[in-house]
Amino acid sequence: MDQPSATTTRPSFNLRLRALAGQRAVWPLLALALILIVDGFVSPGFFTIRIVEGRLFGSLIDILYRAMPTAMVALGMAVVIGTKGIDLSVGSVIAIVGATIAWRIHEGDPHFVILLIALGAGLLCGLWNGFLVAILDIQPIVATLILMVSGRGIGLMINLIYGGTNPSFLSPLLQNLSVGHVGLIPTRLILGAAIFGALWLLIRRTALGLFLESVGGNSAAAHLAGISARLIKYSAYLISGLCAAWAGVVLTADTHTSDPVSVGLYIELDAILAVVIGGGSLAGGRIYLGMTIVGALVIQALTTSILTSGLPPEYNLVVKAVVVLIVLLLQSKNARGALLRVFGGRRQ
Amino acid sequence: MRERYLPFLATIAVFVALFVTGGFLYKHFFSTLVIGHILVDNAFIIVAAIGTTFVILSGGIDLSIGSMIGFVGVVMANLDAAGWHPLASAALMLGFGVLFGAFQGFIIDFCEIQPFIITLAGLFMLRGACFMINLDSVPIRHPFVSAFAEANIPLPGGGFLASSAIVMLVALAAAIVIAHFTRFGTNVYAIGGDRTSAALMGVPMRRTIVSIYALGGFYSALGGVIYALYTSSGYPLAGTGNELNAIASVVLGGTLLTGGVGMVAGTLFGGMILGLIATLINFNGSLNGAWIMISGGVLLFLFIVLQRSLVGSFKLRRAA
Amino acid sequence: MVEAGGAGVVETTTPRIELRGISKAFPGIQALAKVDFSLNPGEVCALMGENGAGKSTLIKVMTGAIRRDEGEIRLDGKVVEINSPGEARALGISTVYQEVNLVPTMSVTKNLTLGRQPRRFGLVSWRAARERARERLRRLNLDIDIERPLGSYSVAIQQLVAIARALEDDTRVLVLDEPTASLDARETELLFRIVRDLKSRGIAIVFITHFIDQVYAIADRISVLRNGRLVGTGSTAELPRFKLISLMLGRELEHDEAQIAAKASSATGEPILTAQGLGRRRTIAPFDLSLRAGEVVGLAGLLGSGRTETAKLIFGAIRPDSGELDLDGAAVTYHSPRQSLRQGIAFCPEDRKAEGVFGELSVRENIIIALQSKRGWLHRLSRDEQERLAQEMIKTLDIATPDADKPVEQLSGGNQQKVVLARSLVSGPRILILDEPTRGIDVGAHAEVVTLIRHLCEQGLALLVASSELDELVAVGDRIAVLRDRRKVGEIVGAEITRENIIKTIAGA
Repeated sequence: MDQPSATTTRPSFNLRLRALAGQRAVWPLLALALILIVDGFVSPGFFTIRIVEGRLFGSLIDILYRAMPTAMVALGMAVVIGTKGIDLSVGSVIAIVGATIAWRIHEGDPHFVILLIALGAGLLCGLWNGFLVAILDIQPIVATLILMVSGRGIGLMINLIYGGTNPSFLSPLLQNLSVGHVGLIPTRLILGAAIFGALWLLIRRTALGLFLESVGGNSAAAHLAGISARLIKYSAYLISGLCAAWAGVVLTADTHTSDPVSVGLYIELDAILAVVIGGGSLAGGRIYLGMTIVGALVIQALTTSILTSGLPPEYNLVVKAVVVLIVLLLQSKNARGALLRVFGGRRQ
Repeated sequence: MRERYLPFLATIAVFVALFVTGGFLYKHFFSTLVIGHILVDNAFIIVAAIGTTFVILSGGIDLSIGSMIGFVGVVMANLDAAGWHPLASAALMLGFGVLFGAFQGFIIDFCEIQPFIITLAGLFMLRGACFMINLDSVPIRHPFVSAFAEANIPLPGGGFLASSAIVMLVALAAAIVIAHFTRFGTNVYAIGGDRTSAALMGVPMRRTIVSIYALGGFYSALGGVIYALYTSSGYPLAGTGNELNAIASVVLGGTLLTGGVGMVAGTLFGGMILGLIATLINFNGSLNGAWIMISGGVLLFLFIVLQRSLVGSFKLRRAA
Repeated sequence: MVEAGGAGVVETTTPRIELRGISKAFPGIQALAKVDFSLNPGEVCALMGENGAGKSTLIKVMTGAIRRDEGEIRLDGKVVEINSPGEARALGISTVYQEVNLVPTMSVTKNLTLGRQPRRFGLVSWRAARERARERLRRLNLDIDIERPLGSYSVAIQQLVAIARALEDDTRVLVLDEPTASLDARETELLFRIVRDLKSRGIAIVFITHFIDQVYAIADRISVLRNGRLVGTGSTAELPRFKLISLMLGRELEHDEAQIAAKASSATGEPILTAQGLGRRRTIAPFDLSLRAGEVVGLAGLLGSGRTETAKLIFGAIRPDSGELDLDGAAVTYHSPRQSLRQGIAFCPEDRKAEGVFGELSVRENIIIALQSKRGWLHRLSRDEQERLAQEMIKTLDIATPDADKPVEQLSGGNQQKVVLARSLVSGPRILILDEPTRGIDVGAHAEVVTLIRHLCEQGLALLVASSELDELVAVGDRIAVLRDRRKVGEIVGAEITRENIIKTIAGA
């Protein structure tokens, strides 16, 4: 407003650019597109999707397929982060769910019941985390650290219940959910879409989403507006536990074995990363489910491109670290200010 | 009894109780040999945890510890192959640890980003760097390594204090001096206790926070050096998950995870408790690693709840 | 004589500190305009004023926290430049801020010596530090265990430790910014004993408080600021309560006095809500209050007199520790806004940033959230319904926003206030509690809000309006409950409601 008029003509383009840049959806989508385009140049046929043996095949499908477990976990994480919390225990939840499945299959339960028990185990974990955060009022990082530390041990213990030396199993139902396909489409994509849809309905077609965001955004104001922060926070950890349980079902059925030590290792970090790339702030206050999925796809696309480019998969970690840093620096006011000063200085 | 010593006393009580339990259950458990072994086996974790104690005391967290341990080992192994003396490469890596920590601290303070997420990026970066250098275990063959491993001080009762344990104790002594007898140390406690007040009372915030993470980096690099010499190799997966052990050691040592309260000496006992649990479970033979994780989690829970009630008493007084 | 500029004060000594013609402007506001202030050795001067009067700006200029635009500062007659808190401290000007700015988890010793611990051979000597800490406390005749964490002591002791930290051997001026805000009577007396002692040692003390009684108990002189100007200064004896409060509250000429006449004196029915002996220790003394349909009850009192606390206690946002509430003639207990909201009570908070708006949520979501929480999470208001309610409120309250989906943090302060007001209206209350409904709203909107309040009242709502602006209360109130020093001291009804009567009641004369 009070800028000198001489400069107002030039920034009009800048302003439009800035308005576009202000759209939060632009950056993650841009990043995803960029990665895919680079991949397209590096490996010809990257975008080809063929039908082999009655299924869709191709790198794009592969990215979607592999991103699903992280995406499922990230959806729950997005809800928890929206309430200004965090759930570090999701990897452990996956381990517990996997061990539970192997155990119940060994006991000979009907496989549909086993699925319910597995999801119940995830809910139970959410119940525990929610109890610590919402009732005992322990900081989320600290509270969920407890299950993170001990969860894989609990998984190993469950394996021990039935001997546990060779906890691999066969389950047509569960394996179909994970590696099967419905028509042309891999089942887990449908499962992922269903979880996304159900969660979206739960938080956007009821007032739960609004309440979750209000508790994360300003808990004092939420209290005065008559919202029970405890119950709302509790529900977030239950949702996260359930989402992690679904990921546990998919991952466990994929390897048809219970391996509590290494299943879903570092998945909590990927999930948090997906939320952050999707524009969610760790300070809470907003839940972006759709963008969280985009975030998970960005991570998987990065991983896939590193694989296709012939680098060892472990380079993935460094790339991820650099991506986190860049995203966080862009989110930081101080860093943006410093960048602007550098560029502003050059312009003059 | 002063309430701030309560968590520390609880730590010692747990340690003694575990040790006595072991003594009743197993023959030969009550010996300096067992103590000596626990110290040697856990020296690297405890050293890294000592650095983490400062970070946690200031209200922060450092997740890059495990990767730092792995990275230091891999670089030292490769420098060994290139003909470096282990001491020279160790000095280099300690310097690297300081710089890396300082870098993390700077980003945390400058960008006002949660330490959790920045050190997570640090975790990825260092672990990735390990794999970029090596995918397999590389031995360190310099004669100094075996000399270091064999050097020890005999203890009465057949036990001995190995050189890595000695380095750990010296590092601990230095940390105690830094924490309790320098202005910097008190500033760490002040920042962890109440950040805003600390700034108003004239604590130099950026300098202190950068120094805290630099110190954390130094100690985790030292942990890496000890681990590399102890295993006489560099393995890119070494130290995976050790950040959790280090954090658990700190909390079991009576330091408040929210910062401001705790004692560096407690971390030694916290680490020893974890070591003792592992030893007890090994002595049993029929139990496995699951027990270590679960008992660690249970202890963590108990300590966090104990701390929660202590913090509650502070807060109540303040709000009244 | 009481007169701006303090020209009437007979000066017998060189003032310890003297500020002449201090001005300070912030973007959009003249925080201080040519303010003079002086303080003699061994004198306690109370610095009084309502919100935005310029007290804290003046203090900050004096202690070097901000730079003045013009004017000069003299210390014992010599012109000095103070550019940072460090320089102020070096000159002997020490400050103790309102909230105890110490670290509760650290020991008293560490708090007293942080940043200046005595060292031997580069290491801190705690023996020497403890000696210094004891010495500092001895100056205040305070005998406590200095190894205990500060947080284990009462707020009063913490406050004294803060003073001990601020006091140096060469302290000449001590600024106490609301030191008694969270102290009870006994603790305040302890603090006053120490203030008197410091005074006897020739230290000049600036005392900021909202408690009128305390001013007359401890201060030798009073200076009153309003809207960045010094509007009066004089010895305590020359400035009786009535005069002091009149000076503080001043007069807003923008208001239309005609409104007062237009007010229908109404409501004779049974009270909807009655509070009996409702109170909470350290917050507000037990009080009685009743609200009737079609009636506006005003809560008058100075800043810090307990207006907000009274409002929150009735709303259930603060838990009472005594008394009871009757709703429709039956005793009710609600302990959370969630419950009171369902009973048809709505509350519009004063501090919109901390307790009002959800910055990242849209205007629409901010407006409907209280109604939504009343309906429960399963009965979501449809998007159309939300939009309708939001548009209605945007129109009624004239909220300046391009559309209802803009994040509320992008609105101006006044518009954010209106959004919070809209939220409480939309929730469909029978009883509406408004805490400073016009804070931060421009003059035009101000009149609209006043009209709106009367309009709501005519529709049969029971209203409780807490306000620092007497004219506003006179304009809207059918009954005014007057508070002083966290205690209800009177109630004024109908034609008796005038500025003068309210001020008289606050003054207790």
